[in-house]
Amino acid sequence: RDEPDWTNALLMEVEGGDFGRTMARQLLVAAYQLPLWQELMASADSQIAGVAGKAGKEVAYHLDHATTWVVRLGDGTPESHHRMQTGLDDVWPYSYELFERDELLDRLVARGIAADPDRLAGPWRATVEAVLAEATLTVPETTWRPTGGRSGRHTTTFGFLLAELQHLHRSHPGARW
Amino acid sequence: MVTTAQQVRVVLADVTDPEIPVVTIEDLGILRDVQVEGEHITVTITPTYSGCPAMQEIRADVLIALAAHGWVDVEVREVLSPAWTTDWLTERGRTKLQDYGIAPPGRGPVSLTLQSRPRCPQCDGSQTELLSAFASTSCQSLWRCLVCREPFSQFKAH
Repeated sequence: RDEPDWTNALLMEVEGGDFGRTMARQLLVAAYQLPLWQELMASADSQIAGVAGKAGKEVAYHLDHATTWVVRLGDGTPESHHRMQTGLDDVWPYSYELFERDELLDRLVARGIAADPDRLAGPWRATVEAVLAEATLTVPETTWRPTGGRSGRHTTTFGFLLAELQHLHRSHPGARW
Repeated sequence: MVTTAQQVRVVLADVTDPEIPVVTIEDLGILRDVQVEGEHITVTITPTYSGCPAMQEIRADVLIALAAHGWVDVEVREVLSPAWTTDWLTERGRTKLQDYGIAPPGRGPVSLTLQSRPRCPQCDGSQTELLSAFASTSCQSLWRCLVCREPFSQFKAH
């Protein structure tokens, strides 16, 4: 599959690199996935519910890990604080897409298959703001809210990600171990 | 001769974890069920962590162990639910981990910074400190005993 055929929130493909940025991204994602998996344990789709049962337990560790580092870096030295804030500011605009609705999602929510994003936003915000407060970091504000990943409109980094991950299969179509 | 599920279970009880060879898939609660219908054997296992690389090996080891007894019509299936938990670790399994030098898990999952510190499996000292959230595998954490100064891993609660 090429880029347009992949659908995901843009936050998931944003480049890591700098450790503060990576931990900021992990915080935002894990804080989102915690209520997400909790809701999906009651999904009408049994496969999704089964995955949610496992993933929910694992995301608790991811959130714990991200929290530890965000607090340590934020409430650290002036240098670590500055880098941690910059990393947070960089990835924050991508968090809005997580809670967007579209026609497909509305249909899946109505059928009890998908989680309603309106039920996830509050817990996410509470978790993130509590961590940022402890880390002495400022909650970013932005009017720029990138979107489109869930419709197959990706960022530049996605092309490189696919190139690296698909290289083997494209070089050797049908390859098997 | 008729193959029974019990006979198959006895063989599978010897299949060890690829990473920690002193515990078996039975000790770990990975082996969930064995069904025999005529010649066909169905083994049901449950994955530990999503993406655990050892699960592929365990699947292969199950097939190899049964093939060694002439059982080749085997299906290995995975169930996700109920979700695997370290609470399923048998007492025997916990003891084996301890004797091997790995601290068994507490009850969890719990923040590594909040859980009570594990006792040292080498000297049983109670003064231990966390070195890293990850050890030789992602499912273990790395600690150091402040009494005997030896490092050790702990199986993380899940």
